[in-house]
Amino acid sequence: MIAFLFRVYGVTTAIRTLCLLIFLSPSLARAESATVAVAANFATTLERLIHYFEQAGDHDIRIVQGSTGKLYTQIHHGAPFDIFLAADTDRPDRLVADGLAMPENRIPYAIGRLVLWSGTETPSEALLRSGTIRRLAIANPELAPYGAAAKEVLAEYGLTDERAPALVMGENVAQTVAMLATGNVDHGLIPLSMASAFGGEVWTVPDTAHAPVRQDAVLLKRGRDNPAARAFFAFLQSDAARAIITADGYREATP
Amino acid sequence: MIDLGPLWLTLHLAAVTTALLLIVGTPLAWWLATTRSRARPFIEAITALPLVLPPTVLGFYLLILLSPNSTLGGAWVSMTGETLTFSFTGLVVASIIYSLPFMVQPLQAAFERVGPMPMEAAASLRASRLDAFLTVAVPLSARGFLTACVLTFAHTIGEFGVVLMIGGNIPGETRVISIAIYEQVETLRYDEAHILSAGMLVFSFLVLALVYTFNRPRMIA
Repeated sequence: MIAFLFRVYGVTTAIRTLCLLIFLSPSLARAESATVAVAANFATTLERLIHYFEQAGDHDIRIVQGSTGKLYTQIHHGAPFDIFLAADTDRPDRLVADGLAMPENRIPYAIGRLVLWSGTETPSEALLRSGTIRRLAIANPELAPYGAAAKEVLAEYGLTDERAPALVMGENVAQTVAMLATGNVDHGLIPLSMASAFGGEVWTVPDTAHAPVRQDAVLLKRGRDNPAARAFFAFLQSDAARAIITADGYREATP
Repeated sequence: MIDLGPLWLTLHLAAVTTALLLIVGTPLAWWLATTRSRARPFIEAITALPLVLPPTVLGFYLLILLSPNSTLGGAWVSMTGETLTFSFTGLVVASIIYSLPFMVQPLQAAFERVGPMPMEAAASLRASRLDAFLTVAVPLSARGFLTACVLTFAHTIGEFGVVLMIGGNIPGETRVISIAIYEQVETLRYDEAHILSAGMLVFSFLVLALVYTFNRPRMIA
């Protein structure tokens, strides 16, 4: 191709064409847009929030979802996110300590619940205690706070050592849910908010069996002067937003 | 409605990568095809490394190399105000390394087939080395150029692991087709995943069929 270009157009035109091709930016970012990094459990709720928010104004919000731990690492490596909706309080703490997030713009936005989901039998406390579950899907506890909560539940019900089920780990809760929904694993400990999205029977694990999954949001340093990011962060604390969040199976978080 | 953003982004990334690799890869392939240097096997090995290395190894080193905390990444941030990681530019850098053998190897083979004779003939007619290269070696290697460009383009479109590690999943910036499919499967949007996956399957088949059609050695009549 380059030889063809050189022969037909001469060297300068060929180089100019190549330069044009290279520097043409893929995204002509709109001024009023912001990128929100969200823990996978909250992604569908966030879509609902954004739908409501975008109707009210001309801001454009983009979603990037993943596990809290992975997104945290990406922010450290310079990922261009304006807001981070984590599934814990630890990562927002660390971002503030590292100077990557604004300490004055940090709020709890939801408290999550964990459920036992089963595709083959009625999930219950007795089922969990019985130790008959052979394979259990959870999110990776190192990366996903709901995975860490699931580990606490297993310890609480004495499902360690020989009685422990084989754990099948998703990188984040969305991948874990996909394993269950496709029938590849029969049982799983997943967030209540996600279980309701694809149906099936669940048993809600009592709050006493694991530390509450308190989810904090932070405005990142990059989004400090972004009007769209500031507007969305303010909207997150509104009554309308709270109603959408609790309707999706979260408990209301108070600062 | 299916989001076509990842499609355009992927095509753009593949086009930019192919264009830049043509500039970088042509002199390198020519050097490898003509040199008698003892360094040649080592340079050839380095060129072929992306073929055998797991994408995670490339991704890991690139993440460190391009990070704003590194010398290169930091210099880029102070020049442009943007980070190299999790950006389109970063993906271009990664793709150039990742697809390098797909450009260099077909070109090198084509240049080797040209051999020294036509170049010597051109030199005896007082053509400069660049002139001889552009007017003799390049036209004689036309099929090699076509193969190299098509394979580089297609291979960049099929990139996944490296993009996942250094690109994240940012709409309009780094969410290429393979990443979009991964996310659609994870979030149970199988309809959209089917459309994009089937499209990739058909596209890849057509590309390979094209390469094999053009590379069929012609029988002498």
